Amino acid sequence: MLRRTLAIAVKELLQLRRDPRTTLALFGMPIVMLLIYGYALSFDVQHIRLAVVDQDGTRAAREVAQAFLESGYFDLVSRGRDPRVLDPLFDSGRAQAALVIPERYGDDMAARRPTTLQFVLDGSDSQTATTILGYARQIIASISPVIRTSTRNAAVVPVSLVWYNPDLSSARFLVPGLLAFILMVTSVIATALAVVREKERGTMESLRATPLVALELLIGKTLPYLLLASGAATGALVIARFLFDVHVRGSLLWLAFVTLLFLAVSLGWGILVSTVAETQQVAFQLGLLTSMLPTFILSGFIFPISSMPPALQVITHIVPARYFLVALRAIILKGAGPEVWWNQAMGLLIYGTIVMAIATARTVRSL
Amino acid sequence: MGGRNQRSGAGAFVRAVFNILIKELLQLKRDPKIVPILFTAPVIQLTLLGYAATTDIKRVELAVCDLDRTTASRQLVDRFTSSTYFRVTANVDSQDQFNPLLQSGRARVALTIPVGFEADRSGGRPGRVQLVADGADAMSGTIGLAYAATVLQDTAVAAGAIPLVNLRPTVLYNPDLVSKNYMVPGILGLIVMIMTMMLTAMAVVRESELGTMEQLLVTPLTPGQLIIGKLIPYALVGLAEIFTVLPVVLFWFKVPLRGSFLTLMLLTLPYMLCTLGLGLFISTLAQTQQQAMMLSAFVFILPQMLLSGFAFPIQNMPAFFRVLTYLVPLRYYLVILRGVFLKGVGFAVLWPQALALIVFGVAILGFARLRFRRRLG
Repeated sequence: MLRRTLAIAVKELLQLRRDPRTTLALFGMPIVMLLIYGYALSFDVQHIRLAVVDQDGTRAAREVAQAFLESGYFDLVSRGRDPRVLDPLFDSGRAQAALVIPERYGDDMAARRPTTLQFVLDGSDSQTATTILGYARQIIASISPVIRTSTRNAAVVPVSLVWYNPDLSSARFLVPGLLAFILMVTSVIATALAVVREKERGTMESLRATPLVALELLIGKTLPYLLLASGAATGALVIARFLFDVHVRGSLLWLAFVTLLFLAVSLGWGILVSTVAETQQVAFQLGLLTSMLPTFILSGFIFPISSMPPALQVITHIVPARYFLVALRAIILKGAGPEVWWNQAMGLLIYGTIVMAIATARTVRSL
Repeated sequence: MGGRNQRSGAGAFVRAVFNILIKELLQLKRDPKIVPILFTAPVIQLTLLGYAATTDIKRVELAVCDLDRTTASRQLVDRFTSSTYFRVTANVDSQDQFNPLLQSGRARVALTIPVGFEADRSGGRPGRVQLVADGADAMSGTIGLAYAATVLQDTAVAAGAIPLVNLRPTVLYNPDLVSKNYMVPGILGLIVMIMTMMLTAMAVVRESELGTMEQLLVTPLTPGQLIIGKLIPYALVGLAEIFTVLPVVLFWFKVPLRGSFLTLMLLTLPYMLCTLGLGLFISTLAQTQQQAMMLSAFVFILPQMLLSGFAFPIQNMPAFFRVLTYLVPLRYYLVILRGVFLKGVGFAVLWPQALALIVFGVAILGFARLRFRRRLG
């Protein structure tokens, strides 16, 4: 049994070597994504294009404008007295935010009367706008004395800490998601394509004439992809470690355990796709549609699940990467043990058993 | 004879292109699976992405550890509970219990009110609290911290600490800060690219794969006629996609279209020049339809999605990648889409983007044509 399974695996590897472009696309793409994510993408809003309209012209007004520029978040794009310049600046996107200092500002400050500054911002990108408004509030709070109405101090000062990822590096945040993505896409698409290719070329018939049992065929066909996917995942972890300083805080053994559970689900999914599809084209499209898109959009990889509408939150439960991702983030970033993520592992186990059972049953029937 | 040919040169060119165009449309019609895919897939993609791709962080999971247990500390917790920003998922007696809560994701932000919070404030010192955010989920974590700062400031103001300087924000274009107004037009740009680029690449590669390219070459058609005849149907498909998807954008997601529809369509043409050109370019790189699909998906669509400012703002990227984004056509089209939809601007503002798209489109088409001819020769 072992020999025959291995024979199929070797045949599969030889076939993979013959199509280097597909292999490269499947395994090179995740590395490129990792590099782009690690180096290019960030949630940290900087270089905010700020216009200052100073209708007051006093020293106090210059000081408040200076406080914005010295914060390091803002780049000055325009400075003047006339607020009419703002419309074209915002329309063309040359300004993202504008600080308007009204005429009485200096007088109010001198007299210690509460006063108001206007802060205009481009709300198109709601997330960036929210962050910018947060920065502006912080800056104002830091320069504004508080008028107290009693001896009681009403102010509440927070001491803020960020755990697990103190410098908020986007690479650290995205690496677990990318691992899930790599494993899911490569194993589903590659397995589905490999099985369907035999069907398409009619070589499935020849394989059937050999003394191979369906199970041997399945294991033999998926084994090389299992190895390759694990290789790609390890590669991504090594790159993450040396280029982006992402260390696995938890146990590598548990990491491997959860990964194997997830691979069982995704390989089963690939086989399931192969039993539905008759051509490689359909297999590729089905694989892409059922693995890449949900893993990207509905797993919590980038967009948080808790912010989705309730109906969509329910749907995310059928995306296997959802469970894997929680466990991965817990192990890699938070160093958590099984007591934290056991229910995610259970989810994967149940999911994997069901998918594998259906896939094997369908394959056996079609053979 | 030669003179006549020259005189009717333009007419013959149009007729030849037209013939290829008809053949291509017939082929599209013959594939019974393609038409439903063409028109249902984009609507599903748009609906799914429109709902899922939200960056509005709501109901951040909050764990509370109130060690002070005074009226003031309970009032502060009430402020968090009653705000729409937070959902209190756990009340604990000791900070040691935060770690498992944050590890499992049951809490994204943890608030500690230490002993002496009330006493400090009565004594004229500011009350201190501690906030811990889960940095592993960077988006919820950091935005959760920003929300918490707002709640704390509101608490202080309500309790009588009036700041001397106040900030009155005016939010333009998207006053309620709804992320779908920003994301959904972007998805439209993505769909147009996926459909036109992939279909073009696959249609051209299919001819080579089936060997029918040889047959087309022995006809008196020039490569130029062949290319134009093959591209126009997919440009039409792209326009049809927009007409299919636009009602969903406007009436289902209720994204305002403040600019003119005509401007939007006219500015879409140079963008399609780029996507079609890229499709043709991919077809010269791929030998099989499968390769064409993989190349488009992984080498052309994904990086464009990441580097165009679709979900990740370009201004946050390091200088090298900011320069790289100028090579991404979707980058310019996103400015056009968001400009026309949200800001209601027209050619007067968007001409640099249109110009960039035309330059890119002509360049990539010219380059692809060169490669196309070399491959045929």
